[in-house]
Amino acid sequence: MRRAERELLRRQARRRSGLLATASTIVVAFAAVLLVTSAPGWPRVKERFGSWPDFRAAFPDILTGFWLNVRIFVVAEVLVLAVGLLIAVARSTRTPVLFPLRLAAIAYTDLFRGVPTILLIFTVGFGVPGLQLHGVPSDPVVLGTAALVLSYSAYVAEVYRAGIESVHPSQRAAARSLSLSNTQTLRYVVLPQAIRRVVPALLNDFISLQKDSSLVAVLGPLEAVRQAQIYSSSHFNYTPYLAASLLFLLLTIPLARLTDYLAARTAQLRGPGGPA
Amino acid sequence: MHLRRRRHRPANPGTTLVILATALLAAALTGCSPVDESGSQPAPSTAGGTNACAKPTLHLVKAGRLTIGTDKPAYEPWFSNNDPANGKGFESAVAYAVADQLGFAKSEVTWATVPFNSSYAPGRKTFDFDINQISITDDRKKAVDFSTGYYTVSQAVVALKSSKIAGAKTVAELAGAKLGAQVGTTSLDAIKSVIKPSQQPAVFNDTNDAKSQLQNKVIDGIVVDLPTAFFLTAAEIEDSTIVGQLPAGGGTPEQFGLLFEKGNPLVSCVNTALGALTTAGDLAKITDQYLAASAGAPKLG
Repeated sequence: MRRAERELLRRQARRRSGLLATASTIVVAFAAVLLVTSAPGWPRVKERFGSWPDFRAAFPDILTGFWLNVRIFVVAEVLVLAVGLLIAVARSTRTPVLFPLRLAAIAYTDLFRGVPTILLIFTVGFGVPGLQLHGVPSDPVVLGTAALVLSYSAYVAEVYRAGIESVHPSQRAAARSLSLSNTQTLRYVVLPQAIRRVVPALLNDFISLQKDSSLVAVLGPLEAVRQAQIYSSSHFNYTPYLAASLLFLLLTIPLARLTDYLAARTAQLRGPGGPA
Repeated sequence: MHLRRRRHRPANPGTTLVILATALLAAALTGCSPVDESGSQPAPSTAGGTNACAKPTLHLVKAGRLTIGTDKPAYEPWFSNNDPANGKGFESAVAYAVADQLGFAKSEVTWATVPFNSSYAPGRKTFDFDINQISITDDRKKAVDFSTGYYTVSQAVVALKSSKIAGAKTVAELAGAKLGAQVGTTSLDAIKSVIKPSQQPAVFNDTNDAKSQLQNKVIDGIVVDLPTAFFLTAAEIEDSTIVGQLPAGGGTPEQFGLLFEKGNPLVSCVNTALGALTTAGDLAKITDQYLAASAGAPKLG
C-alpha cells in the first residue's frame, strides 16, 4: 500500500510540474511578445526587419548564396577533421626523435589559433594570388576555404588532444602489456576512445565553422550574407539578413540537438561512475 | 500513518508564478513609455523669402557649424591625401564652395566620418550633408534627400593591359569576364543591368579590395566611376587601362548629389548655393581643375 501511495504522489508531483512549466512558459512568452510589440518603434522595426515582400524578393539569391556556404563548410569540415587529427597525433608523440614534429605542431596551433580568422582569410585570399606562383590556385572560394581549414584545424587539433589525454593511462599500460607498439596503441586503443569522447566538442566547432563560412565574402564570392547585404543596401530593408539567419538556423539547430543527444547517450553508456 | 505533503519551499509555485508575471508585465509597461519620435518634423523653410537661407536661421546639426560627412579613406581625385579638410580634391573644393555660399568660413566647417553604406540608409544623421560620390537614385530617394546634381558621372571598366578584355570595344565583349565592384554602389548595378555578365560579379567591401584582386589577376576587370578609373590607372595600378565608359543604364545620366537626412530643410538652401556656383562658373572651374583628365575615355557601344 505504501508503494501505491508513493506512486500516486509521484504521478501527482509530475503532473503538477508539467502544469507549472506550461503555465510559466505561457506567461513568459506572452510578456515577451507584449514587451516587444508595445515598444513605440515596433511598427518601424517590423517593417524594416520583417517585411514579407522583401523576404520573398531576396530569398532566391540568398538561397543560391547559401548553397555556396554549404559547399564551403562541408569541404572545409572534412579537411579540418583530417588535418586536426594529424596535428593532434603529431603533438602527442612521445619519442625524442620526433621532437621537431611536436614543435611544429605546437607552433601551428599557437599561430593559427592566435590570428583572427578574418585576418587569415585576408592574408591567404589577397596575399597568395599576389605571389603569382605557378600551380597555386587563385580562386577566392578555394583560398577562403583553405584559410578556414588553417584556422579551424588548430582548434580541432586541441579538441582531439584533450580527448587523447583524457584516456586513462591504464589503457596505455594495458596495451603495452599486450605488446602493442606506440602506433598500434594509438590506432587501436587510444584514438577510438578519444574521438568518441570529443564528438560533441567537434560538432560544436562544426557549427561555428558553418557561420564563419560567411567570412569568405570579403574575397568577392557571393555567399548568403553578402547577397543579403546587396539587396539590403539597395532597398533599405534588413529583412534579407533575417532570411539568411533563418537558413543558418535551419542547419545549426538540428546539429545542436544531435550534439545534445550524443552527449546524453555517451553519459548513459558510461554509467553513473564517470569516465573510466 | 497518513502521508502529508510537507512544504519544502518557502513560497508555493503559484505565488512564484504571480510574481514572475507581474515583473514581466511591469517591464513591458515601462517599455511603453512614450519616446520622442525620432525624425520629428523639422520647421518648414519659408517659401520665397530672400533671407530664408540666412546663416542664423539654418537648420544645423551643430549650431554655428556646418557638419559635412564623408567616408574614410577619402579617395583621390575627390579628396587629397585622405584629408577632407585641406580643400583640395574635387569634392572637398565643392563642399567648401557650398559652405562659402551659405556663409560659413573654412574654420566653421567640421568633417564627420560616415561609412558609405550607412550614409544613404534611413534614420537620423550626424551630419548636415554628406559628400561621397553618392549617385542620386530613386531607391535612395526613398530614404534620404538629395541636392541637385553637382557632377554627371559615368561608369568605366578598368582592366590590366594583359587582361583578355583590355581591347574590348563593345559591352557585349565584356559578358564573359569576371568583373568586380564595391557593394552597394551604382557601379555594381551597372554590371548587373548594363553588362549582364555570364559569371556572377565579385563584390567587395571597398574599392581597395577590388583593386587588389584585379592586380592579383583573380578578376578580369573592375567597374568604378570614370574619375576614379583615371586615378587608378594613372597612379594606383601598374600596367592598367580604362577599357571604356559604360552607357548609362536606363538612358538617364547618373549624377552625384549631396545627401541629406529626409525632410531636412537645408536642401533648398544648398540647392540655391549650387545654382549660384553653376551660374557663376565656379563649379565648372573646380571640375576642370580636378577632373580635367576625365573626359577622354572611349565609350563602349
